[in-house]
Amino acid sequence: MQSLDAFLAMGGYAAFVWPAILLTLAVLIWLAWSSLARLRRTQKSLKALEALGVDRRRRRRKAE
Amino acid sequence: MHFLANPGRFVRIADRVLPWASALAVILTAVGLYGGLFLVPPDYQQGETIRIMYVHVPAAWMAMFVYASLATAAASGLIWKHPLAFVIMKSAAPIGAAFTFLALVTGSLWGKPMWGTWWVWDGRLTSVLILFFVYLGIMSLIEAFDDPNRGMKATAVLALVGVILLPIIKFSVDWWATLHQPASIVRLDGETTIHQTQLWPVLVMALGFTAYYVAVLLVRVKQQVLASRLRSLQLAAADA
Repeated sequence: MQSLDAFLAMGGYAAFVWPAILLTLAVLIWLAWSSLARLRRTQKSLKALEALGVDRRRRRRKAE
Repeated sequence: MHFLANPGRFVRIADRVLPWASALAVILTAVGLYGGLFLVPPDYQQGETIRIMYVHVPAAWMAMFVYASLATAAASGLIWKHPLAFVIMKSAAPIGAAFTFLALVTGSLWGKPMWGTWWVWDGRLTSVLILFFVYLGIMSLIEAFDDPNRGMKATAVLALVGVILLPIIKFSVDWWATLHQPASIVRLDGETTIHQTQLWPVLVMALGFTAYYVAVLLVRVKQQVLASRLRSLQLAAADA
């Protein structure tokens, strides 16, 4: 465990190195996750609306 | 780029690119971080704090690269009225803001142990802070108009004005040499002043962040395309 402790200690700079790396990962993961969650929500509402046949109705009107 | 003008076609292409871009982002970032944290020895002057470089420098590059692509999208939206250009501009802004925020915070975390201060109003730090505010300005200006198309146009003009920041950021370290070090990787004289063993994880991380940008941008643009389809369906449903 000596080497793991040494690794985590980062030569006494742990308080600067680890927040920098963990914050970067946290922000990037959060942004990707929230973008995906928004896409999923939109896809769900779109499917629900299409299931009602709104899409077809609109297309038929266009064809007339 | 006009073959992407059809939003339906764009969504199909995005669906094919997305898994590859996501996989590349995860793999390259993991390899780059592994290299930066485990394989690179501590720096002879900066010790272990050199490891902050592996997130700080790629994030700072991305802050500028995302802005350059955002401004390109803004210009093509204004000039050619490409239907997806403004959507790309809008979708890129939060990603660029995130990278700029990370460049500022990780720089601060590196500055405290090496310079003895979290922040200094030096040319590089100040110009990147202004870039962050421009990103926030772009994000809020888009939402500030009742007519979305007017909002997009006004925002595109702001985005183009902001391009002036890119050369200012790049050369700030030469024009106002204070605390931030000058460029060591991409130099006009072509002589990289960083050692090879320290360099490769920076480049791998930068490629990983670029793949991340492509992946998240595709997700956000696709969401916007589907959202506008949803709006028109809602209008059609209201009519019926």
